[in-house]
Amino acid sequence: MNWGSWQNFLAMGGYGLYVWGSYAVTLVVLVAEIVALIARRRGVIGRLAEYYAARRRNHETEA
Amino acid sequence: MSKSERFSWFHFSSPQTFYPLAGTLQPWFATLAVLLCAAGLYIGFFVAPTDAQQGEAYRIIFIHVPAAWMSMFLYLVMGFWSGVGLVLNTRLSSMMATALAPTGALFTFIALWTGALWGKPAWGTWWVWDARLTSELILLFLYIGFMALQAAIDDQRRADKAGAVLALVGVINIPIIYFSVQWWSTLHQGASVSLKSAPTMATTMLIGMLVMVLGFWMYSIAATLARVRCVILERERHTDWVAAEIGGQA
Repeated sequence: MNWGSWQNFLAMGGYGLYVWGSYAVTLVVLVAEIVALIARRRGVIGRLAEYYAARRRNHETEA
Repeated sequence: MSKSERFSWFHFSSPQTFYPLAGTLQPWFATLAVLLCAAGLYIGFFVAPTDAQQGEAYRIIFIHVPAAWMSMFLYLVMGFWSGVGLVLNTRLSSMMATALAPTGALFTFIALWTGALWGKPAWGTWWVWDARLTSELILLFLYIGFMALQAAIDDQRRADKAGAVLALVGVINIPIIYFSVQWWSTLHQGASVSLKSAPTMATTMLIGMLVMVLGFWMYSIAATLARVRCVILERERHTDWVAAEIGGQA
């Protein structure tokens, strides 16, 4: 498939809005999931580190 | 039962042993997903010819069909792990079901969205309340219902059980989606690819689509492994090994 020019490629034979609308939203959804997963991992590790630190402090004051 | 047999079946069913394994495998599946999607898109846009009937609009197929397949397949996998968790009471199975749901819901949304954007040029309408589209919408509600139900119940074991029952009941919807185009009259075209007959599409179109299916499949595994690692840390936070993993001392 030879598109000839960028204009032709973006136009998608007149269906550019539908084709690129599909691909753009798919990309946004998948990137959002990846970002959310990275944020969740950082959040979990951060929260747990605080939790264990607090637990250690409690043990020390008790002792 | 010999020792080695016990090892092969149950060794990785413990969250403690699965956590590092998932961490090792995840980047490989993520890399495969990127490579396969890049190859699939190249074939889809630069090798596959223009469709005789639909022009360039058909190129939505390279994400629409893979997303729709994954939306159904991930639900079956979620139902499988839910069932295993319900029967065997294995914690990791329930965690897998929990980790699969968001990715399944996202692929269901993508299937519906790209379907609407394809329906407009192909049928002249974004949406019709026919069996295929309606049952796929119900699939989205099943995923959302599963996540909402699990999130609403504080007791983790009860949340797992309630979610598992909902997931298993919802499995009945999958054959309804799949066979809807045969059972009821619909605007939606029949299967372009089936086991019984030759595909009704050009070979390069078919290859591009199947490569994208593999790409989305690898993406789903990578996302699920990443999410199940978070779920394991959250749910196993009272164990010594998670305390050691995070760097605190137990």
